Amino acid sequence: MGKPLIHRSPMPGFGLSAGITLTMLSIIVLLPIGALLAKGAGFGIGNIWETVNRERVWAALFLSFRLSLFAALFNLVFGVVLAWVLVRYRFPGRRIIDAAVDLPFALPTAVAGIALTALYAPNGAFGSLFKELGVRIAYTQWGILIALIFVGLPFVTRTVQPVVEEIEREVEEASATLGASRAYTLRHVVLPMLAPAALTGFALALARAVGEYGSVIFIAGNRPLQTEIAPLLIVIQLEEFNYEAAAAIGIAMLLISFALLLVINLIQVWSRRRIGYV
Amino acid sequence: MSDATLGRAPAAARAFRPATQETPWVRWTLIVIAVAGLGILVAAPLIVVFAEALGEGWAAVIESLGHRDARSAIRLTLTIAAIAVPLNAVFGIAAAWLITKFDFRGKAFLITLIDLPFSVSPVVAGLCIVLMFGANSFAGGWLVANGMPIVFAVPGIVLATLFVTFPFVARELIPVMIEQGRAEEEAALTLGASGWRVFRTVTLPNIRWALLYGVLLSNARAMGEFGAVAVVSGKIRGQTATMPITIEMLYNEYLSVAAFGMAALLTLLALVTLLLKAGLEIRHADQLAAFRRL
Repeated sequence: MGKPLIHRSPMPGFGLSAGITLTMLSIIVLLPIGALLAKGAGFGIGNIWETVNRERVWAALFLSFRLSLFAALFNLVFGVVLAWVLVRYRFPGRRIIDAAVDLPFALPTAVAGIALTALYAPNGAFGSLFKELGVRIAYTQWGILIALIFVGLPFVTRTVQPVVEEIEREVEEASATLGASRAYTLRHVVLPMLAPAALTGFALALARAVGEYGSVIFIAGNRPLQTEIAPLLIVIQLEEFNYEAAAAIGIAMLLISFALLLVINLIQVWSRRRIGYV
Repeated sequence: MSDATLGRAPAAARAFRPATQETPWVRWTLIVIAVAGLGILVAAPLIVVFAEALGEGWAAVIESLGHRDARSAIRLTLTIAAIAVPLNAVFGIAAAWLITKFDFRGKAFLITLIDLPFSVSPVVAGLCIVLMFGANSFAGGWLVANGMPIVFAVPGIVLATLFVTFPFVARELIPVMIEQGRAEEEAALTLGASGWRVFRTVTLPNIRWALLYGVLLSNARAMGEFGAVAVVSGKIRGQTATMPITIEMLYNEYLSVAAFGMAALLTLLALVTLLLKAGLEIRHADQLAAFRRL
């Protein structure tokens, strides 16, 4: 065996810190997730599949995933623009805008949920404008999309911002001296440098949106097959004390989250190889 | 115009534009998109919370917040945060110490496990707690029989809150402690200081701002968590209804002023959190994790 399990270290407190870390990790995270998997195992793969393979569940999973994807795509574009503007330009109120980007992280989701609903309901400030145009936002898939855009807003900006700060001006100058137009430089020199961070932020926003509950249920209307998101299905099963079905859908969602996590890591490995940093 | 740029252009040459800048037209279009986008997406909901809360005047909102159930919800949320946040800080310090001061196999895997709660839906997190500690689970059954129910009671809410805030402090401390290395602690040890003394007098002063930053974020999340708590709390009025849960109950009863009144309190908390966070970032940027997440 090559590496020893633990290197000898003069530092004190290995036993204490390892004890606290592993105990809390086990009680709070690992054992509960294990309980979910055990419930699923007891239920059986065939039964899990039967629970998930129903029109209503597929509709909810597909809806959650599809709208999360659209929201994350919006945030990808808007987030890159925002990061660029915040780092490169100076304008009045820049610091406030910079701090405001984090609001969706700090604002409780239930507060965001009722605020967005009040705003986009047919009698709300924005909802009444859209009503004039004959478009309903709240209690439709548009409403869910807006809530998901809101919760995912900071991810891309916050991952791209430090990268923009580190771009060396010389690279852009070199591109310009070689005769490239500004647009060409941005497209072929700057954007490729931002891509890995932007993709990481995109995946984080996507993962967050797929599991989001609090900000969505108020504005969604929650009609089965149309505006019912996957996390809500779990809550409904739990309210009926149908723990097996809840566990089955929970496991399906967990698998989706882990797949996304894997993609994030692959993006980072790939970009580290290609660009040298993330 | 040059004060709106990074100020490289000499003032005399008005038409001159550095090759690394966009035309003013592009620049201002992007600024307008950014400001308008944030105004619509972030500022508008914020304004609506306060407008709805004060829709029937100050007296109505203050009266609704003074209601017995509202007071109990505020007390419960403060209690949950007072238990969960210190536990989270202790875990974060222990985990960061373990990961940055020792070399052992499986470290990367341990970091992945600590990050795990970030990628689990809050509702699934709550579900896990229910399945682990619910009355018809093995552990839960024993605890209920001994008069310590977890689910549909305060301990369950604490556990759910700890689950969703789990990585916050550790993730803030680990990069900072990696950057600071072990040399200072090793020097103190050679000079004969005890382990605790090293931690208190050498490590803690180095990480205090990062620790405060992590505590701030985990406190905001702990007080505002909805999905995970909704699953485990049972929503018993006056007993297990936290502030966010109470907002939902009031909203569903069409008690708009009361719901938005409580929402306004949590919004103020969010704004204070952002303000302190921005302050820390400006004054102690060098002692915080370079990568600004969350």
